[in-house]
Amino acid sequence: MNRDEIFEKVRDVLVEALGVDDDEVTPEASLAADLGAESIDFLDIVFQLEQAFGFKIEQGELFPENVTQDPEFVKDGLVTEKGLTMLRERLPHIDFSKLDDDPQITRVAQVFTVDALVNFCERKLAA
Amino acid sequence: MRWIWIDRVLELQRGQRLVAIKNVTMAEEHLHDHFAEVTGEDGRTIHAAMPVMPGSLVVEGMAQSAGILVGHAEDFREKVVLAKVTKVRLDRDATPGTTIRHTAEIALQSGQGAATRGTVDLFDHANPEAGWETIGRIDLMFSHLDRNIAGLEFPEHNFVFNSTFRTLLQSSGIDCDF
Repeated sequence: MNRDEIFEKVRDVLVEALGVDDDEVTPEASLAADLGAESIDFLDIVFQLEQAFGFKIEQGELFPENVTQDPEFVKDGLVTEKGLTMLRERLPHIDFSKLDDDPQITRVAQVFTVDALVNFCERKLAA
Repeated sequence: MRWIWIDRVLELQRGQRLVAIKNVTMAEEHLHDHFAEVTGEDGRTIHAAMPVMPGSLVVEGMAQSAGILVGHAEDFREKVVLAKVTKVRLDRDATPGTTIRHTAEIALQSGQGAATRGTVDLFDHANPEAGWETIGRIDLMFSHLDRNIAGLEFPEHNFVFNSTFRTLLQSSGIDCDF
């Protein structure tokens, strides 16, 4: 499956899970800010990707977990250097460079883009 | 009024499928407002009363059916809450004297929650030879409360599956210990 085919499947999943139009699902669109995803939608997306691609996604594998509660990773509303390193290691499909200049925790949602999902699926399928 | 929108569980296969029924009756208060007679200033009837089971309560019945199925799969240890109404389609109204049948199936379940698929069928006792007619689909998502809402405190006891649900399961002949 090439990247375009993966993108199309991801787009279909997002149209179904988030009730958005397919032309809204662009690679750079953020799931929360642009496509209106709420917390439970992330679980829905995980379920639907599993069905669409036939692989299993472990908890915390696609989206980060237990980051914001850990004072080592988040301090005064900012993701710490250690936090960013951990996120990059655990979630290599996500481009965290947007947070380099302004690592506010509230900005973390913006890095969960459609492209990050496509990266994730591409890596999973290649594994 | 008790917040229970199914009358009996007919079938329960752990982690897979639950079938429940709900009899729609004129004793239900809301049916007298949904929809009440509309009269004009001269007292003449504009629209006759039309008692119809609200679609939202049909969804609630499916949520209770599917919620029990999801809770039962984990022996009711988790606080299972409805998190998302993924898809609803209802093509026909349920009126007093009909029976609604909810068939809920678990599509996917993980430590965080579950996705369920549901079919709604209707049996019209005035037209029994027609049998069960499929009138809709209701797909839902459930979340396990404690695992997903970090930082918030919830009571230790499982307040989702209360005594009303216990009575329902017991009277349906299903063993439950919660």
